[in-house]
Amino acid sequence: MAVITMREALRQAMDEEMARDPSVFLMGEEVAQYNGAYKVSQGLWEKYGDKRVIDTPITEEGFAGMGIGAAMAGLRPIVEMMTFNFSLMAFDQIINNAAKQRYMSGGQFSLPLVIRGPNGPAEYLGAQHSQALQSLFAHVPGLKVVSPSTPYDAKGLLKTSIRDNDPVIFMEGELSYAWKGEVPEEEYLIPLGKGDIKRKGSDVTLVSFSKPVRYCLEAAEQLASQGIEAEVIDLRSIRPLDEELVYASVRKTNRCVVVDEAWPFASVGSHIGWLVSSQCFDHLDAPVELVSSEDVPMPYNHSLELAAQPSADKIVRAVQKVCYLDPDGKEA
Amino acid sequence: MNGRVKKLGKKLATKLLHDMVLMRRFEEKAGQMYGLKKIGGFCHLYIGQEASAAGSIGALDMKKDYILGAYRDHAYALAAGMTPREIMAELYGKATGCSKGKGGSMHMYSNEKHMFGGNGIVGGQIPVATGVALKIRYMEEDGVVICYFGDGAIHQGAFHESLNLASIHKLPIIYVCENNQYGMGTDFRRVSSVDDFSIMAASYGMEGLQVNGMDVGEVYETFSRTVDEIRHNPSPKLFEVKTYRYRGHSMSDPAKYRTKEELEGYKNQDPILIFLEAMKKEDFITDSAYEKMDKDIKEICEDAVAFAEDSPQPALDELYTDVFAQV
Amino acid sequence: MAEKILMIALSPTMEQGTIITWNKKVGDTISSGDIICEVETDKASMEYESIQEGTLLKILVDEGGQAVVGRTIAVIGKKDEDISGLLEQIASEEKEKPGTDTPEEKTKQEKNAAEEDEKPKTSSGGDKKADEPDKPQASQKDVPPPPSDSRPEDPEERVYASPLAREMARQAGLDIVKIPGSGPRGRVVQRDVKEALKRPGEYSQALVAGAHASAVSGQTEEDRRIPISGIRRTIAQRLAASKFSAPHFYLKVNVRGEGLVRARRSLNETLKDTKVSVNAFLIKFAAEALARHRNINAGWTDEAIIEFSSIDIGLAVSVPGGLITPIVRNCGVKGVKAIDDELSALIEKAKNGSLKPGDYSGATFTISNLGSFGIDEFTAIINPPGSAILAVGALKAEPAAAPDGSVQVVQQMALTLSCDHRVIDGAAGAEFLNTLKRFMEDPVQILF
Repeated sequence: MAVITMREALRQAMDEEMARDPSVFLMGEEVAQYNGAYKVSQGLWEKYGDKRVIDTPITEEGFAGMGIGAAMAGLRPIVEMMTFNFSLMAFDQIINNAAKQRYMSGGQFSLPLVIRGPNGPAEYLGAQHSQALQSLFAHVPGLKVVSPSTPYDAKGLLKTSIRDNDPVIFMEGELSYAWKGEVPEEEYLIPLGKGDIKRKGSDVTLVSFSKPVRYCLEAAEQLASQGIEAEVIDLRSIRPLDEELVYASVRKTNRCVVVDEAWPFASVGSHIGWLVSSQCFDHLDAPVELVSSEDVPMPYNHSLELAAQPSADKIVRAVQKVCYLDPDGKEA
Repeated sequence: MNGRVKKLGKKLATKLLHDMVLMRRFEEKAGQMYGLKKIGGFCHLYIGQEASAAGSIGALDMKKDYILGAYRDHAYALAAGMTPREIMAELYGKATGCSKGKGGSMHMYSNEKHMFGGNGIVGGQIPVATGVALKIRYMEEDGVVICYFGDGAIHQGAFHESLNLASIHKLPIIYVCENNQYGMGTDFRRVSSVDDFSIMAASYGMEGLQVNGMDVGEVYETFSRTVDEIRHNPSPKLFEVKTYRYRGHSMSDPAKYRTKEELEGYKNQDPILIFLEAMKKEDFITDSAYEKMDKDIKEICEDAVAFAEDSPQPALDELYTDVFAQV
Repeated sequence: MAEKILMIALSPTMEQGTIITWNKKVGDTISSGDIICEVETDKASMEYESIQEGTLLKILVDEGGQAVVGRTIAVIGKKDEDISGLLEQIASEEKEKPGTDTPEEKTKQEKNAAEEDEKPKTSSGGDKKADEPDKPQASQKDVPPPPSDSRPEDPEERVYASPLAREMARQAGLDIVKIPGSGPRGRVVQRDVKEALKRPGEYSQALVAGAHASAVSGQTEEDRRIPISGIRRTIAQRLAASKFSAPHFYLKVNVRGEGLVRARRSLNETLKDTKVSVNAFLIKFAAEALARHRNINAGWTDEAIIEFSSIDIGLAVSVPGGLITPIVRNCGVKGVKAIDDELSALIEKAKNGSLKPGDYSGATFTISNLGSFGIDEFTAIINPPGSAILAVGALKAEPAAAPDGSVQVVQQMALTLSCDHRVIDGAAGAEFLNTLKRFMEDPVQILF
């Protein structure tokens, strides 16, 4: 099996879907001639030309809305946000139009639209360019929100998202574009709303998605050396959410730590914490722990910005807490 | 005016008159039902502005053309060919409404009739309409999109972003600023850098034009000519249609920000009144024929109310449908 | 200077108590160490020993009334001292933190919360207010009816346990209150319950068993409302939990009584001035049979079936207001006389309400004997953590078929064994019951 980067996996997904369906096109800032700010659309403009790979002016509200109109009229636009930080400019279009056209029209309109781009803390970028915004989108009924952690998942999920008849917010970890993983040559699709157990375990359930899944796996290795077997669940899609996968795991392990690199207040992570607390109440041996980013804007200084984010060490500590162990792994 | 009416011919003139009277009577009825608390929430009436929708949409072929508007959208829906019954039922929030009672006054939609919605956020429909025009271009069709918005929306970023995008891609779309003089309660002159919005088109390298929105003949003629041009040579336009609304911004607005005299002045050049007079002069219509037309239209509106009254409430299950595609 | 007499916790887990009797009345002198009242806690009735001295000036919670721990139940001070200021203060405190409950108020609350102005029609509390004609109404109103689930203020009183630990303890019949917690704030967590399961006898819930339905319907002119006592509530919860969670099945056998009667007579003849009870014999026979069928002396938990190392047999004893099951521990190694001595002492304590939790918690097997009430046979509800209960009917003369086919009159009693099918299958229960029958009919068999 070929080992490719997340970036290449995403590019392959778009390439394959554009080849398959002429109504699919890509639009966004620098996606065509520049080959994408993060080179995700590398080579697509050469292959598909101006008509289907469209450079836009820096007008997120305008081209997001244009994607919505095109989708209502039957096309399948992929709208790239150079980063999701800039999608805030398009919030009215995404929340008031993309999420609601189907409902407001009593089901008359489909919205086969993907809005994709990098999301989450990066490095040395400061407060406006380094933030995880999934909670904002996940809050809104009518939007699907996907956030993969591996090249394999990224490709299969993006292809499904492009074929989906609802607006999909597809959020890629900005620092995970270069991550490598095995991706098969043959075509495959991954359904939305199906999480994946990235590591089996019996003592504690780690629930995460996107880039922090890797921290969870690192933490799980450290924990294994202390005799704690962590089960790592990668939600892959936040909306729809694979609740049953999480519940089944927590009912087995009796302990849960949710890891979300967004801020803690009213986040996907805090929501999952509530769901687990209410649905697995009698199975919990400890309160659900949330490892999130600190409740501050992202600082520029590197040691501060690292301290602001979830890490394997923070996850290990949270697991020890739900297992009633002190930092040395002894019974607290 | 009279020459123009003659040029329209009796059949077309009669249709335009009929459409305007239908809009007027329908909204009068809607206003009444609102007063009786049959209709709730916001209800923005178009009364006084009928020539704009009737004349412009009258120039379209709704098989291949599209319209999008803001929240003052009942008249667009009627002009697009949606039935008074489904529109009134939507106002009532009934299951038989065009949006199954989930949209309401501000969200009239018909995919089939190419009415792509009333939008409740000022300017929110403008980028969407631009995207519909992109689809026409992408699919190499010869349709045209009309996007309506008011003098309040023209200062939104969405407007300016959209005109730029449309100009870059030479999209087949007419942006129609229906300038009814007041953005809610604010006189447009108080908040605008220019008092002729059509000149804003120049910023985006497109044609701009002011149109007398109280004259349905002029509106029709202008749009008819422009639509024909765009079909053959796609490019975006910006039209400012000068008009006036008789009612407040919405049903809850007493419209204290303007004088009675001003309102009376506009009522004297009421689009229906002056067009009817012009038609009579051309012998296109008699008083008795008009009375019959009006009576028939009133019956249609009564029927729409009766239909809405008799229609069922949406089932509670409907709350959860249409959020996502059925799998 | 007048002082408040507060309700105190008279058991480690008591959150509120019901005053059964006032041993002192208004005007009586109280010395430190005097018993001022008796309080029914969640577990038993306890004496309230005063540490305060003076004259009892006012009783605020009457007999039958409830008070959560920390609430004022009476006022003590100098004779004829003016306590109106203190009473006002108490009334306003009670308004903020309601915590007393007279039966009348509670009834009123349950009947119709909307009828706020309706006064209790008769009440001893009303009599007390007559002592204070200036503002009897005010004091009635100033003390709002408390919610029945008022929590004590002292956080130490409350048990912290993880939901999982609670559920595990519930299923195992362990009392979460008794399990030491190792988590934050002493939270009982999974590992603590697992530890406790190794010695379930120490941590079992307060037990009541062998309950039988009694049709109470005093449907005369007016329904009588009987406040739920602590013991009654415990009986209700425990038996409902047992009956609804343990799938019961029943095995019945008739046992001839001559062997038992002979053995008892023989033993009693050797004793000079005491007699060993039938129940002591029943316990002894059951213990011997259990020793040979360890799978009956067992309990269910979600994780494992526990075969208890000790044979701890409870005997259902009727007490005023309910029933309780004092336990003779480790019966397997005790003789019938030793069992009888222990049993007598336990029954005595049961009758006067002085059983300690250790005396009645954690039976691995239970016997309920209604023979003395003339009951022929009945079925009983299992008393967790045990998985079986033996219901013993009256010994009476009955015709029976002899081995040669003739009919003879014999002394016979019916034994009905209720089994928890999660632990005990039909054949296992039957084997046990047959062993028991064999021992009872021919006690020499125990020697095998």
